[in-house]
Amino acid sequence: MPDPPPRRTSLYDQHVALGGRIVPFAGWEMPVQYTGIVDEHQAVRKAAGLFDVSHMGELRLRGEYSSHVVDYLVTNDARRLADGQAMYTCACNEKALILDDLIVYRHSQDDWRIVCNASNRDKMARHFARAAKDHCEYDDESDETALVALQGPRAFEVLAATGDDARRLGELKSFHFREATVGGVRCTVARTGYTGEDGVEIFCAWDDAPALWRALIDAGRPLGLKPAGLGARDTLRLEARLSLYGNDIDETTNPIEAGLGWVVKVEKGDFIGRAALMEIKARPLPRKLVGFEVTGRGVARHGYPLRDLEGREVGLCTSGSPGPTVGKNIGLGYVPSAMAEVGTRLLVDCRGKNVDAVVVQTPFYKRAK
Amino acid sequence: MSELPADRRYTKDHEWARLAAGEVTVGITSFAVEQLGDITLVNFDVKAGDAVTTGKSFGTIESVKTLSDLFAPVSGKVVRVNADLATKPELVNEDCFGKAWMIAIAPSDPASADALMDAKAYGEFLKTAAHE
Repeated sequence: MPDPPPRRTSLYDQHVALGGRIVPFAGWEMPVQYTGIVDEHQAVRKAAGLFDVSHMGELRLRGEYSSHVVDYLVTNDARRLADGQAMYTCACNEKALILDDLIVYRHSQDDWRIVCNASNRDKMARHFARAAKDHCEYDDESDETALVALQGPRAFEVLAATGDDARRLGELKSFHFREATVGGVRCTVARTGYTGEDGVEIFCAWDDAPALWRALIDAGRPLGLKPAGLGARDTLRLEARLSLYGNDIDETTNPIEAGLGWVVKVEKGDFIGRAALMEIKARPLPRKLVGFEVTGRGVARHGYPLRDLEGREVGLCTSGSPGPTVGKNIGLGYVPSAMAEVGTRLLVDCRGKNVDAVVVQTPFYKRAK
Repeated sequence: MSELPADRRYTKDHEWARLAAGEVTVGITSFAVEQLGDITLVNFDVKAGDAVTTGKSFGTIESVKTLSDLFAPVSGKVVRVNADLATKPELVNEDCFGKAWMIAIAPSDPASADALMDAKAYGEFLKTAAHE
């Protein structure tokens, strides 16, 4: 079957007007950059950046048993969430392999929102719909829901500059959310993100996104805000060592080896993948996802082989690029546990050239609190 | 799009080649720079004295987002490479038609550069490429 034509978010015209370079991504036409990846990256680290992430999927589960359905499908403990609180989690299959990484939002005991990756939307929609069947209400709200991310140390100043209601959003705690009006648009504002900076992600109705976007751009420009594309999103998340589904994690990897053991709560009760995860945790890990710095002349890229100093292939680079803030070429990759120690030297096979690298502490970048 | 210098020839790989004093100096065009974005690394696989072949890679250029090959526009012998780019890859973003020249080649056939596009033809080529 031929691929369906790429889709556009309701912000497409804004991106074009702002000079965004549009590329295909996970079935969507999205801006990869406006002024330049490094420029946008630095704007997010130093002031603020605005991202369109409306392509992501939003699923809704409601009803008396919705909390049980959600909790059964995710590895983290949804039952410890309060109303207005969110958490990062994996959803695994019964072999403990990662189906997707998600943010789960508890609106109330009987009302849950799940945000999944754009590339996994159909898969996760089927997964949640099947589990919800006969137990709770289920809606795929992706087509009606826009999502923008406002990230950076000045994100809350930008919000406050849009008007009255937004002034109080600075009181939100990390991974908490609430309803608000921003730039005249009714929305849900969550203190979450994917850049390693403070900031928010804002949900609104699909057709309201342009008004919200323009209000944030106008209020933010004097504060140094820039629109930011997928390119900067990738370099920002890599420096913060946030996993990218399809690169660092997928259905061949488990959360423990990926360094996501902190969102696996086997003690919480039964959930899909629990037995397999307990077995994995009971044994030494054969391999681990590590961060490395390329010390030689080269840039590690997704898919490049990693080698030991004797030249034997020991793993693969899952993500790699220059890190604009850390000023080094950095990457993530799976290596045998014996080589996962910080300081271990390895080689990145950059298209036939073995370039020196060393395992380092992650995150590569951590913001000053 | 900045002006295309008229004193040189262009390739479909978005490189320029300028013949002067029996040498062909090679670089990448402003269109290529725009597509690549922020340049972070320029690596040459050749040094002075090495042979290069038309259409074959003589090095790579890395931007934040991607890696791209550098292709020899003509066959010949490398006369010199631009060592400045090893430490200052950002020169490519700043001055791709000038200071960020890549290599100079003594062409085995001095007429070979004539087969490439002139500025006008490359300008036309860009118009069609932009609509692909």
